[in-house]
Amino acid sequence: MQYMLMVYVDEAKWPAMSKAEQEQGLAAYGAYIEALKQADVLRASGRLQPSSASTTVRLANGRPQVLDGPYAEAREQLGGYFLIDVPNLDAALSWAGRCPGAAHGVVEVRPIWSMTA
Amino acid sequence: MNGPAGDGAARDTAELAARRSYGRLVAFLAARTRDVAQAEDALADAFAAALADWPAKGCPSNPEAWLLTVARRKLVDGSRRMRTGEAAAGQLLVLAQGLEAMEAAPDIPDRRLALMFACAHPAIEAGIHAPLMLQAVLGLDARLIGSAFLASPAAMGKRLVRAKEKIRQAGIPFEVPDHAELPARLQAVLDAVYAAFTAGWADPAGLDQARRDLAAEAIFLARIVSELLPREPEIHGLLALMLHAEARRPARRGGDGEFVPLDEQDTALWDRRMIGEAEGLLRQARSLGAIGRYQLEAALQSAHVHRCRTGRPNWEAVVHLYDALAAFLDSPVVALNRALALAEWQGPAAALDAMPDVETDRRLAGYQPYWAARAALLSRTGARRQAHEAYEIAIGLEGDPAVRRFLQRRQALLGA
Repeated sequence: MQYMLMVYVDEAKWPAMSKAEQEQGLAAYGAYIEALKQADVLRASGRLQPSSASTTVRLANGRPQVLDGPYAEAREQLGGYFLIDVPNLDAALSWAGRCPGAAHGVVEVRPIWSMTA
Repeated sequence: MNGPAGDGAARDTAELAARRSYGRLVAFLAARTRDVAQAEDALADAFAAALADWPAKGCPSNPEAWLLTVARRKLVDGSRRMRTGEAAAGQLLVLAQGLEAMEAAPDIPDRRLALMFACAHPAIEAGIHAPLMLQAVLGLDARLIGSAFLASPAAMGKRLVRAKEKIRQAGIPFEVPDHAELPARLQAVLDAVYAAFTAGWADPAGLDQARRDLAAEAIFLARIVSELLPREPEIHGLLALMLHAEARRPARRGGDGEFVPLDEQDTALWDRRMIGEAEGLLRQARSLGAIGRYQLEAALQSAHVHRCRTGRPNWEAVVHLYDALAAFLDSPVVALNRALALAEWQGPAAALDAMPDVETDRRLAGYQPYWAARAALLSRTGARRQAHEAYEIAIGLEGDPAVRRFLQRRQALLGA
């Protein structure tokens, strides 16, 4: 079953970290991705640009309205995602618990709609 | 009744009663009907009634008996509403007999052990034994249990409900098994208690209050079993094992919150009183004359204490203890720890040869300590590139940030 692990982090914290801490953080994600690959559960992953690079679009009165910035103004923003394929929710939660993002932000775990079901 | 008590006093009395007697009351209430969920609901109502009554009317001299009486009435009422005809008559008769028995003997018989055996019955999925015990005997809620066992609260709640339903419908008995059957069935109870402990132990930083409490609750469960079955050596072994581990908790983190491995821990921070109790329990277990898995594991913990006290490691003895343990437990973890002890005795190359192989045992692929141990041994033999790769996998599998940083520092020291 596929699950999306969505990593929400406080964007203000990253620039405040020392170079060494940033490198350590990135290396932790690198190792995490390596472990996901080793277990053959990783389907896709990506790190997002900060929400300052975000643009939001919606139709207002039938016309596209384009807004600068993220959809939700919150301290913690979606910073990246992992799409994994594991047998059940408990396995997905176990991987979410190992995600470096779980230590300094939150990881939301959501099942993907199954097209065959 | 004593004089009127304030809200605080009533709450304290209720909390103390809950802590000391929750499981005893659930076990007693559910013993005849085998309906754990119904007993829990009735008891929850009784606690609510206590919090409403006691502040105004004063705390009863025997809070447990008071709670039991109220809970029993709730059960009788509930039963009257829900059932009709013959079934209801039978149910009410059973309940009424229980009430009489209770009034005749104000000391509530302790059926917690029977409840634990029901929770750890072989007909119930093994993975739910520990969560079920934590809820039925200690009253912990499904949300907290789910969090400690890395399951969603809703999923954990459903599994607990299903297990209780099975106890009721399948006719799982509330009794301590016969002497002949006891050792095999006791193992399941002890394993469940240990699973609860390791769920609490998995948060070495102790940042997660709920999980830290879980380790303490597991020790509490083990104490109940040891009081009720003092002639069973393995329960003393398990309690000794958990106390040895718990004694080292303050030393597992440095002042900066960083992970400290066992061989670098400041032994002055270890809890002497807990270690003393653990050693006493281990002696008591040995005097009962039947060795088992938990006694051996506790003996291994004891060997670490001995090393730190005398400064003399006895790795050969440790390797032999692991050999004995392997006879009880087909576990890659045992093989792994044996290899680590062997490294201290005969060197890292011998240890790598003796190590279980991930190609033949796939259980190791996702087991962080395997990769961390492999990395440490490889770096000692000078195989820096392979060590670097093994550290990489270990880091990726680790969920605890402090342990992850520790592994990253070790990896960086390789300079590869």
